[in-house]
Amino acid sequence: MINLVYNEMLKIVRKKRLFIIAAIVAVLVSLFTYAQFKQVETIRERIGTTDWRTQLQQQIIDTQNRLNSTGISEEWKKFLKIRLQQQQYYLDNDINPMAPGAPTFMRMFIENSIELFLPLLVMVIAADLVSSEASGGTIKLLLTRPVKRWKILMSKYIAMILSTSFIVFSVAVLSYAISGIVFGYGGWNLPLLTGFSIQGEELNTAGVHLIPQWKYLLIEIGLAFFVSLVVGTLTFMLSVLLRSTAAVMGIMLAALISGAILSSMVSSWESAKYLFMVNLRLTSYVSGMAPPIDGMTLSFSMTVLAIWALVALIISFYVFTKRDVY
Amino acid sequence: MEETLVVQNVKKTIGKKEIIKGLSFSLKKGEVFGFLGPNGAGKTTTIRMLVGLIKPTSGKIFVCGYDLQKQFTKAIQHIGCIVENPELYPYLSGWENLEHFARMLPSIPTTRIQEVVELVGLQNRIHDLVRTYSLGMRQRLGIAQALLGKPTVLILDEPTNGLDPVGIREMRQFIRTLAEQEQLTVLVSSHLLSEIQLMCDRVAIMSKGEVIRIDTVEHLLKEQARTYWNVHPIHIAKQILKNETTVLGEKDDFIVTVYEANEVIARCNARLIEAGVSVSSIERKLPTLEDLFIELTGGETID
Repeated sequence: MINLVYNEMLKIVRKKRLFIIAAIVAVLVSLFTYAQFKQVETIRERIGTTDWRTQLQQQIIDTQNRLNSTGISEEWKKFLKIRLQQQQYYLDNDINPMAPGAPTFMRMFIENSIELFLPLLVMVIAADLVSSEASGGTIKLLLTRPVKRWKILMSKYIAMILSTSFIVFSVAVLSYAISGIVFGYGGWNLPLLTGFSIQGEELNTAGVHLIPQWKYLLIEIGLAFFVSLVVGTLTFMLSVLLRSTAAVMGIMLAALISGAILSSMVSSWESAKYLFMVNLRLTSYVSGMAPPIDGMTLSFSMTVLAIWALVALIISFYVFTKRDVY
Repeated sequence: MEETLVVQNVKKTIGKKEIIKGLSFSLKKGEVFGFLGPNGAGKTTTIRMLVGLIKPTSGKIFVCGYDLQKQFTKAIQHIGCIVENPELYPYLSGWENLEHFARMLPSIPTTRIQEVVELVGLQNRIHDLVRTYSLGMRQRLGIAQALLGKPTVLILDEPTNGLDPVGIREMRQFIRTLAEQEQLTVLVSSHLLSEIQLMCDRVAIMSKGEVIRIDTVEHLLKEQARTYWNVHPIHIAKQILKNETTVLGEKDDFIVTVYEANEVIARCNARLIEAGVSVSSIERKLPTLEDLFIELTGGETID
């Protein structure tokens, strides 16, 4: 089995996929670091001070103004109210939510990439794992070895998990290393709030407590890894079912993007919460943002994702071991 | 002789259509067996069933005594194969490709990889990327890959497809050597009669999912090949030839007789000349596949 996994990893590495992904991450992180840097500067100019308390007060006033303006939807109003309460809580308890530093950047980067960017990167690897063997004809050589079919597929699945780990790891490391050049590398022990839960219209702060940023990051990276694995498994299934890597990518891309769009408009379509695409933003539960549909919780989303992945895995193995290869 | 590959009444149905309608044959050690048939006769489907890529709807396949369905790993271990084109990983070198497949077999030492590389004569280019290989080199690498695990049965689907004449001859000799010296059973498929004739000991002729005939090549050709005599005057020649061999008829300016051994042809020639007949050419002609088919199937053409 180790030999088989080694083979699969060799193929992924020699196709230069991992290298390209690391390069994409490096470029994007640099881009966002610069954008973040610019944003901090403009805020500083506008407020005329670097004091974060004034900044936060300003943000609260902004939010209040937006709340009072007419023509905003009920959903958006609800979200803003929750956000306002949260910001007020930070101010009252003397906590700087935007404390700059590489760990903070890393946290934000992971929170923002969990829904689309990370799944896309995982998709690049997982999409052609099986379909490229089918379209290249090498599947015939693989399946005529004295190795059972499920073992071959398992080795590919393990290779997918290893690559996903590499991707999440490199996103974390690169976002830390590159943004640190601008923002400094400190801030691991910054206290952050977590344990928010949203009940109806209210932000429930009963369970709120402080944890150091490094712990917070570990939780978020763990969740990002989980989401990546689920997306990887779904892509893997499509890769088994379809011969064309382009088709696999197209379908996954459509699903992921529709998820991003749906999240912002499905609050009244309740059964949409069983779709995997709207459940990808797991980190929102940790930072206390309103979920797209009422009643969605962290454990609910994780269960939905796990079931999707499990079903995909069963279908993959069933089809791969039974199928006639032409 | 030892039987290495036994096929018993194998059928394959896809949807409602019966693609393979009950095949039975067995191959012996050290023989080259040809699968002859036009495109769409079911050669490739059959080969894919023999290597476990397609599951037969019914029937059994035994490789060295192991049931391919029930003891897949044990059975397939004795098979080396190329199905259709030798498709290898273009972004790896030839050597890496071989290492890749060696890792999927139980304990293949590096020396064995070296051995097969030398056997197919790829030493010079083995560390180049497969992307840069010519079709002939890919074909050879494909064979190297098939031989890695020291198989008992070698299955090659259209092994000379796309090769140049020199390559075709090399491939033929190579296959003969493997069968004669290494005592491998080699199964090749082809749609060219000339190829099968030069390479194989026995041949199975397939048409529309059925084997219509299994025979030794020699026997089949003797029955089907013709000798064309371009002689003048025809009526005298015909009388003489009738005494020596079987005259089948006349075609244009030729007298057509059955296939004969060299001595018989020479003797006929001598008789003709003695009788004052001018002989301008004596030609042995293989039937075209189409003729053979019409003959064997009784008018059924290739479609």
